Amino acid sequence: MFWNVTLKLLEGFSQTLIIFGITLVFSLILGLPIAFGSMSRFKPLRWLSRTFVWAIRGTPLMLQVIIVFYGPALIWDGISPLSRMTAVLVAFIINYSAYFSEIYRGGIEGIPKGQYEAAQTLGMTKSQIFFKVVLLQVIKRIVPPMSNEILTLVKDTSLARIVAVKEIIWMGQEFIASRALLWPLFYTGVFYLVFCGILTLVFAKIEEKLDYFKV
Amino acid sequence: MDMADIKTPILEVNNLSKRFGKVEVFKDISFAMEKGAVMALIGSSGSGKTTLLRCLNFLETPDHGRISVHGNCLFDADDHSTHQEKDIRHKRLHFGLVFQSFNLFPQYSALRNVTLATELLAKEQPGYRTGKGQMIKDIRERAEHLLEQVGLSDKLNNYPHQLSGGQQQRVAIARALAVNPDILCFDEPTSALDPELTGEVLKVIQSLADLNTTMLIVTHEMSFARDVADTVAFMDSGSIVEQGPPSQVISNPKEARTRQFLERYLGNS
Ligand SMILES: Nc1ncnc2c1ncn2[C@@H]1O[C@H](COP(=O)(O)OP(=O)(O)OP(=O)(O)O)[C@@H](O)[C@H]1O
Ligand SMILES: [Mg+2]
Repeated sequence: MFWNVTLKLLEGFSQTLIIFGITLVFSLILGLPIAFGSMSRFKPLRWLSRTFVWAIRGTPLMLQVIIVFYGPALIWDGISPLSRMTAVLVAFIINYSAYFSEIYRGGIEGIPKGQYEAAQTLGMTKSQIFFKVVLLQVIKRIVPPMSNEILTLVKDTSLARIVAVKEIIWMGQEFIASRALLWPLFYTGVFYLVFCGILTLVFAKIEEKLDYFKV
Repeated sequence: MDMADIKTPILEVNNLSKRFGKVEVFKDISFAMEKGAVMALIGSSGSGKTTLLRCLNFLETPDHGRISVHGNCLFDADDHSTHQEKDIRHKRLHFGLVFQSFNLFPQYSALRNVTLATELLAKEQPGYRTGKGQMIKDIRERAEHLLEQVGLSDKLNNYPHQLSGGQQQRVAIARALAVNPDILCFDEPTSALDPELTGEVLKVIQSLADLNTTMLIVTHEMSFARDVADTVAFMDSGSIVEQGPPSQVISNPKEARTRQFLERYLGNS
């Protein structure tokens, strides 16, 4: 029995990992242009970026998942809806890009002006200043908030069940309906704990690697 | 070198003005410096000394006036062809700036702080592809020499956070010298330091003066200014009020404003 439950939950956890992995990769990348948008000197772009971030951070992720899944069909008659998984991924990527963009922005804006000015007086180009002087300092600054946000993402994947994506919590809950078993749902917690534990170790390793200098 | 070369000042500033919105920081500033000269710029807080250095280093854009180095006009407020973004980077190299707060790059060792900019500049040179190895080696050797000159040959591989303020500032001086500026500017190089650390930095600046490095030094250390400078300029509310040899400006000021200012700073020197 225990083995059967474990297999089922692993099946669910693979969905959890897919949501986690794909969201992480795409929103880490998408967060960057949004961050630069939010810091742009071109006002309309800055306004657009910041409004986007405000709207995304100001509403629940669960609601965003529902809107992406059901919304298009409500607005355009006859449009074929996104698959459940795609809808979840789209909503998650949008949501996490907004959060990551704010972390990037905080990291970049936290670099003292003197760093740019010192590099400028030494004749460096804008891109040299960014890549050779600023970037590593930004990375060091954002690792701790990033780690937090990524651990939150692991647990947020459970929101996917609102549109019936069969991630691990959904699988655990099924045992209540089909077999009147409650413990499999509790057991799902172990999967999260182990995975978050591994991530925590990875983040600690990265922080240690960047420990040789202080910002 | 013929006589004309010797007579052309290395730096000429003409009628330079700068305002931030309604605040007029300085107006109609003019002065010149000979090669190898050391000029100390003194003046009370808010008189525009930092802003003047920042204008020379193209970190701020003056509203009026001209800046010339070796007789070449680098900046003329009335001539927009001198404002081109792409040229500014190279014009900056005529000046070096040592900041009050050091601004070393924290992720690099002392040595790397000194070599970084020079290595990046070397990449732009035509012979870089073929002569890379030798160039990098030369740059490294020169950086080691500069760090030795500021008394830090035993700290080459230390990161900035492993250095005292005085040591960090000396690395910053070596870093500024690495790109061979014509005029090295200092903005209160010792005012962020504990009193017991100012001496080592001032000594390094004095040794540079002995090597005929052209320097423009903003400082509140009056006795240091008297010892190191050929010329002292006193700035007050946006203009140079009095300028001359230290024996005159510091020891025998003509202007009442200079006297008042010096009386307040007497305790510091
Ligand atoms: N970026 C800026 N925007 C607006 N005003 C500025 C700016 N930078 C400087 N100022 C103003 O210009 C004036 C001169 O400042 P500056 O820093 O050049 O003085 P300073 O002589 O270096 O003073 P201190 O001895 O305190 O360093 C001050 O009134 C200051 O408030
Ligand atoms: Mg100042």
